Amino acid sequence: MASIEMNQIVKKYGDGFPAVNDVSLDIADGEFMILVGPSGCGKSTLLRMIVGLEDITSGDMVIGGTRVNDKAPRDRNLSMVFQNYALYPHLSVYENIAFPLRLAKTSEDEVRRRVNEAADVLELHEHLERKPANLSGGQRQRVAMGRAIVRQAEAFLFDEPLSNLDAKLRGQMRTEIARLQRRLGITTVYVTHDQTEAMTLGDRVCVLRKGKIQQVASPRELYEQPVNLFVAGFIGSPPMNFLPAEVNGDTLTTPFGAIELDERRAAAVAGKELLLVGIRPEYFEDASLVDEAKRPLGSVFTARVDVTEWLGDSQFAYIPYEAPEAIQQKLADLSRELDSEALRTQAIVSIDSTSRIREGRDAEFWLDSRKVHVFDPETGDNLTRDAEAGAELTRLASEDRIEQVQEARSESQSISGDDRAGAA
Amino acid sequence: MRYLFRPPAADAAGLLALPWHQPLEKWDDSVLLDVPSRGISRHVVRFTASEGSVYALKEIAEPLARHEYALLGTFEEEGLPAVSVVGICVDRPDGLDAVLVTRYLEYSMSYRYLFSSRRGADSAERLMDTMVQLLVRLHLAGVYWGDCSLSNTLFRLDAGSFAAYLVDAETAERHPTISAGKRAYDLDLARERVGAELMDLQAGGLLPSGIDPIDVADSLAGRYEALWDEVTREEIFRPEEQRYRVAERLQRLNDLGFDVGEVELVTSAEGARLRVDTRVAEPGQNRRELFRLTGLEVQENQARRLLNDIRTFRAWLEQRSGRPVPDTVAGHRWLAEVYRPVVDAIPAGLVGRLEPAEVFHEVLEHRWFLSEQVGRDVGTTAAARSYFETVLPGTPEELTTPSAITERR
Repeated sequence: MASIEMNQIVKKYGDGFPAVNDVSLDIADGEFMILVGPSGCGKSTLLRMIVGLEDITSGDMVIGGTRVNDKAPRDRNLSMVFQNYALYPHLSVYENIAFPLRLAKTSEDEVRRRVNEAADVLELHEHLERKPANLSGGQRQRVAMGRAIVRQAEAFLFDEPLSNLDAKLRGQMRTEIARLQRRLGITTVYVTHDQTEAMTLGDRVCVLRKGKIQQVASPRELYEQPVNLFVAGFIGSPPMNFLPAEVNGDTLTTPFGAIELDERRAAAVAGKELLLVGIRPEYFEDASLVDEAKRPLGSVFTARVDVTEWLGDSQFAYIPYEAPEAIQQKLADLSRELDSEALRTQAIVSIDSTSRIREGRDAEFWLDSRKVHVFDPETGDNLTRDAEAGAELTRLASEDRIEQVQEARSESQSISGDDRAGAA
Repeated sequence: MRYLFRPPAADAAGLLALPWHQPLEKWDDSVLLDVPSRGISRHVVRFTASEGSVYALKEIAEPLARHEYALLGTFEEEGLPAVSVVGICVDRPDGLDAVLVTRYLEYSMSYRYLFSSRRGADSAERLMDTMVQLLVRLHLAGVYWGDCSLSNTLFRLDAGSFAAYLVDAETAERHPTISAGKRAYDLDLARERVGAELMDLQAGGLLPSGIDPIDVADSLAGRYEALWDEVTREEIFRPEEQRYRVAERLQRLNDLGFDVGEVELVTSAEGARLRVDTRVAEPGQNRRELFRLTGLEVQENQARRLLNDIRTFRAWLEQRSGRPVPDTVAGHRWLAEVYRPVVDAIPAGLVGRLEPAEVFHEVLEHRWFLSEQVGRDVGTTAAARSYFETVLPGTPEELTTPSAITERR
């Protein structure tokens, strides 16, 4: 297993268009890195440059300390998982996993050892001698993973592996992949356009837009301390609400009333005029249900509810608001870029499922002003981002990861009973 | 539900009455055609017949279906050897996946049959060459397959040799040109899949003992590199050898099954540098010529064979009448007096085992064989009779093309 370092990677096609533009990214040994972004952001191209399918126009691709720019895909020893999940009906499950080793003329003992190890991790032991015909959908996918595991590749690569599965199998596989990666502690790069997949799977997530990295951080940092409007709008479902705001000292005037800023944030937005304030749906609540102790930490406003959506364990209210034309245009552009229809001039607000707020009536809402971010509508920059707090979130996540990888490796050594030289 | 069809789709209109609202797996046998397994598929695949034509139906996610539909359409326009796509059905009720409809490739054979047949060991070499030829052709056209395997390839006999067709383009991509990395990766995947597919046949007791799956799979890379080099390399000739070397190279490319679109010669002090632009389309000069003369649609090698027979027939006509005979007249008379009588004489129970043009080719071979034995020309009629009695019945019944089975019903 190995680290993957990308230094100033550029990919230009014949027409000079940069599909990937100056990307530098270090993926640690054992890390689960997600490349995410809307279509055309360059995520698949980047993955393909790691694998060796695309030529690199400039920059260095370094895997396990070796520059691989000019190496053939095969010589990079990476494993594209699920690329070949055909199951061969006459071969036992054991042989269905073992065949890449057979082709490489691996010794019988080594084949047995690696297949058994993989079967342990995948819990396929009781099926090994059977034919694949009667395996469930999930078990079939695990056989495909087994093939990837026995190769002992430097890293696993996934290119939108779940996009064509039905919702149920997709959920199962997501859990399966996460569990497997943790148990094996293998460096993994995973491409997706689905922010839910990104948030649930990755140690760190790299958000790309038009070939450029926007932010690389743990899912929590992306969520709580996004660098710009693009990341803020892309991460989170339902998405962050963006309201027009005017600054007066430490007060923001918004369609949902005045929002008081603390000293740090007030200083950050001083001197600006028209701004966008970003509020996640869960920063709102039905004012009548807010604890008296909590109430002073936010502001209260009245608004007319267009629609409510009761989901049993949660509830959403949709509140339309007015915005100047320039802001409307900005939001429309953003939502087009994010392939989303949600960012209209209508706030999506999460309220307690017991709330009795009704459609078509005025209702009183409470807004937690401690967590709002303020964006410059021109540059998209998050003016109130707390970089230190963000870095701390990512540091905590990476500590967790290192601990998990160490655990996984000490476990796998005790399973195989020997110390795989060079495996760590 | 929505149906998208590529014109001409008149022949496919009959398909509209099929139970598209049900999952393919639940379709009643009465609307399906039982076609023996063609290979390993990740999806549900079924066959159906409509007005004498046979269609393959594959249930896959809509984005994949749309992608494959569009890609197969362009492959067909450019003459790349691939199955011909008819249409897709999307927006099916209950969230059912889309269905991709392709024309069944009549008289095609799957690797399962070819490898497990008596002559499997002899065919292995030729099949690998044919497969590599297909891969090189796709790569020249800027196509990355991403799933090259025996299961995704169909083979057809073409005057005794094989032609290979791409069946599955789900993972395929089209680019102006493709990188060496993509070509190498495609080849790695092909090696792995072919190896696994042959090991699978071996485990099922279907592979003749002389074939080693790993050796066969390992041979792909060498075959590919050699052919890729032949069709793409630039050469430098000395001025005095220029003429014959160019002719030699073009002949070699033709022999390998490729046509040349353009030849570029740049002369310099050290000699002439030759660059050839190899056509990606299947070679079709003979095919087009035969079509012009007879209206018959056959494969290239078959066409070459039939044209030779037409030429002989024309010479015989001219000799007999003592004056020139236009080639179109010769073509029509040959069709009516030579070709049709042979094809029409195929015994009813044996129709559909081999493509009519392939039968004609084999009859010509048989005629040569019989004539050689008795020391005089036995003639086509006698050769055909003998062939239908002694050779054709030996072709396995399971080779019968589905449309012939439908006709019989």
